[in-house]
Amino acid sequence: MSDTDDVGDEATGVSNDETTGGDVDDEATGDGYTDDEVITHAHGAGGSQMAELVDSVAVSRFADAEADVGLAALDDGSVQPIDDDHSVVVTTDSHVVTPLFFRGGDIGRLAVSGTVNDLAMMGATEPLALTSSLIIEAGTPKATVEAVTESMREACEEAGATVTTGDTKVMGSGEIDTLAINTTGVGIVPRGKHVPDAGLSVGDKLIVSGTVGDHGISLLSEREGFDFGGDLASDVQPVNDLVAAAMDAGEVTAMKDPTRGGLATVLNEMASKADVGIDVEERAVPVSGPVSSAGEVLGIEPFDVACEGVVVMAVASEDAEAVLDALRDTPKGEDAAIVGEVVDDHTGQVVLDTGFGRRYLTPPEGEQLPRIC
Amino acid sequence: MATNAESGDELQFRDPEKAEQLTEKLETLMDEIGEPVNVMHVCGSHEQAIAKFGLRSILPDDLTVRMGPGCPVCVTNMPEVDEAVALAEDGAVVATYGDMFRVPGTEKSLADARDEGADVRVVYSASEAAEIAEEEPDREVVFFATGFETTAAPTAAVLASDPPENFSVLSAHKYVPPAMEIVAEMPDTDVDGFLAAGHAAVITGYGLFEDFVSEYDTPVVVGGFEPIDILFALTQLLEFIRDDEAGLANAYQRCVTEEGNVPAKDAMWDVFETTSGEWRGIAEIPDANLVLSDDYAHFDARQRFDIDVDPGAADPLTEECICGDIMAGKADPDECELFGEECTPQDPVGACMVSSEGTCKIWLEYGGQPDL
Amino acid sequence: MCLGIPGEIVEIDGQEARAEFWDVEKTVRIDVVDEEVEVGDHILNHAGFAIRKIPEEEVEETMEIYESFLEGDEDEALEEIGAGEGEQLGIEGR
Repeated sequence: MSDTDDVGDEATGVSNDETTGGDVDDEATGDGYTDDEVITHAHGAGGSQMAELVDSVAVSRFADAEADVGLAALDDGSVQPIDDDHSVVVTTDSHVVTPLFFRGGDIGRLAVSGTVNDLAMMGATEPLALTSSLIIEAGTPKATVEAVTESMREACEEAGATVTTGDTKVMGSGEIDTLAINTTGVGIVPRGKHVPDAGLSVGDKLIVSGTVGDHGISLLSEREGFDFGGDLASDVQPVNDLVAAAMDAGEVTAMKDPTRGGLATVLNEMASKADVGIDVEERAVPVSGPVSSAGEVLGIEPFDVACEGVVVMAVASEDAEAVLDALRDTPKGEDAAIVGEVVDDHTGQVVLDTGFGRRYLTPPEGEQLPRIC
Repeated sequence: MATNAESGDELQFRDPEKAEQLTEKLETLMDEIGEPVNVMHVCGSHEQAIAKFGLRSILPDDLTVRMGPGCPVCVTNMPEVDEAVALAEDGAVVATYGDMFRVPGTEKSLADARDEGADVRVVYSASEAAEIAEEEPDREVVFFATGFETTAAPTAAVLASDPPENFSVLSAHKYVPPAMEIVAEMPDTDVDGFLAAGHAAVITGYGLFEDFVSEYDTPVVVGGFEPIDILFALTQLLEFIRDDEAGLANAYQRCVTEEGNVPAKDAMWDVFETTSGEWRGIAEIPDANLVLSDDYAHFDARQRFDIDVDPGAADPLTEECICGDIMAGKADPDECELFGEECTPQDPVGACMVSSEGTCKIWLEYGGQPDL
Repeated sequence: MCLGIPGEIVEIDGQEARAEFWDVEKTVRIDVVDEEVEVGDHILNHAGFAIRKIPEEEVEETMEIYESFLEGDEDEALEEIGAGEGEQLGIEGR
């Protein structure tokens, strides 16, 4: 630990030249990028900076091949036709979570559920195959890796999926934080029967399949060492069976799983992609007692944090009750509720009826932190 | 929000029926007053509550409730953040409340510093910061202490309970009353009444507003934070305004008394003293900053470390910032030269852009005041 | 300034107490609460510190004030919460 009595110039370097996008140091790093254009946490946070990065790095480079849902749609997966009757759905995700093992699950369960659910969000509820790539830090106990992959096996069984191919890499100690997992999933849908996240239209009802905010609030509490006692736990689970039940019962027009950024983020994405407005009744959204209470104490809204075992779906209004019943008939869907509807107003925005008044439900910026103010 | 939680007593303060009745009262009072009314509150938590429950959508059209310079996060100015960043970059563990983590300094925020390898940790409580110091005796642990009196009292409690030698406090605490005075003193200020911060008053008591109301001839009502509390406090304020009375009332009786929390005040004034300082986007305010007193110099990070940042250094852009006028209702965000250009949510100059509920931030997000 | 959450004390250990906030529990410090607290008392928690012991009867009284105000006894309500009349307690600090 360095001598903190002497805070040197280099550490502070406060100078009026260094404003954003400043040109103090134009030394190119060799790729034509200036020193100050580095990736920061904000780029992974799911907000506008991440969108810009994804656009400049990926979307602008890869022109869409023939696809029903291509890269530019930035949906939960891509959909490409195989023949007249079938399309293949592909999705991929990398998982880095701290801690690796948490109340309610672990990184393995998260990886499998995340990918199975993304396939399901596109309408592919019977996964054809999953891949699993592990990047492991040297020095990690083998038992840890075994426990993670065993959990993946259990989640696969629950989802009716299986890992058919994968990869394993080991990096040096300190070069990666314990373990990262990438999973890719492949599924089949009847041609034209995929469900885009932008498919909602005015009049559709919005259904949430279970309580929201569980994963986000629980993980945050665990990571920060808030001992709330009792019942907080992640909701991480595959929900392809829930989605299948819903699709059997009625016309599901759009779907998304509210992972990072939570319910607020996916509702806004759906509204802006489909160019419609959404009205939500706050008190209709299911929130568990412990999540609600912990959220109050920490000053964090359950609507703003991740769920890992929930689906948000837009349903043709005449089918809403039937879909709701079908969901409630499944064990994972017992808390399902109709929470709002798609309207021809405030296009691209989500309005929340709070029970007192109305306000815009805006997507949160970045990771939610406990506040005191 | 607590859809399924059993909130017992507190649910009474979130009863939509009472809210509707109180709103009707507000309409009646506004009719009696017969002209537009501008109320100012000076508390980030009041703004959070008003926004979260959608209260503005049910208030009478002519009643404007504006957020003043009262969010301690928003008014913590860049050089103060720079001090914390400097300490973190020099190897200290810097513990901060979540609220301040992403607030930019002149160059970067504590979050940015952490991205670059500095050891910055978000804590929920001052006591957690002291615990980190206990657990890591080989590191210097600095607590970046922000917030108003409500939050200064816990900091004081921690300092007064024998913290470890490797613990220190970088105080950026602020003091509430000057916030209101600053606005009340502005010529042509159009604030008809103040909704005073309930939780700061838990500590200070409401008695200290007695001089304020007579000096500035403006009514003050201390309000709580549940929807019913806020609406009720507004009705009391409107009654004073209707009767042209510079009255003072405590509408948060279950938590606020005239003398406040004496043990907390004692602890606070033992540990802290006031000094003048600059608030982000607003020029120097006398006696509005809290710094460690001589008895606690030993734990004062500014005395323990040689921090190479001038805390008084004004950001040159501050001169062009018109947050003060915006908060006082004398200007709109789009009248500011910096609005949306040099001053954005990612790169805020003034307080109005820092807070998620800040006037400028909301205008930028919605292209004007959202109409709900 | 701030986020203050009401909870009920369920356990005390020196300067620390375990408090129940609806469906969860958390540890809070009781160094600077305005009065002695015991198990069963309600406190207002801010940033992990109890800053006020909320007297049971105050919650009921507040609701009564709101009720009477809504029923038209406005003067009474105002009087209940009004300040500046009568004695001025010595204000410490500052």
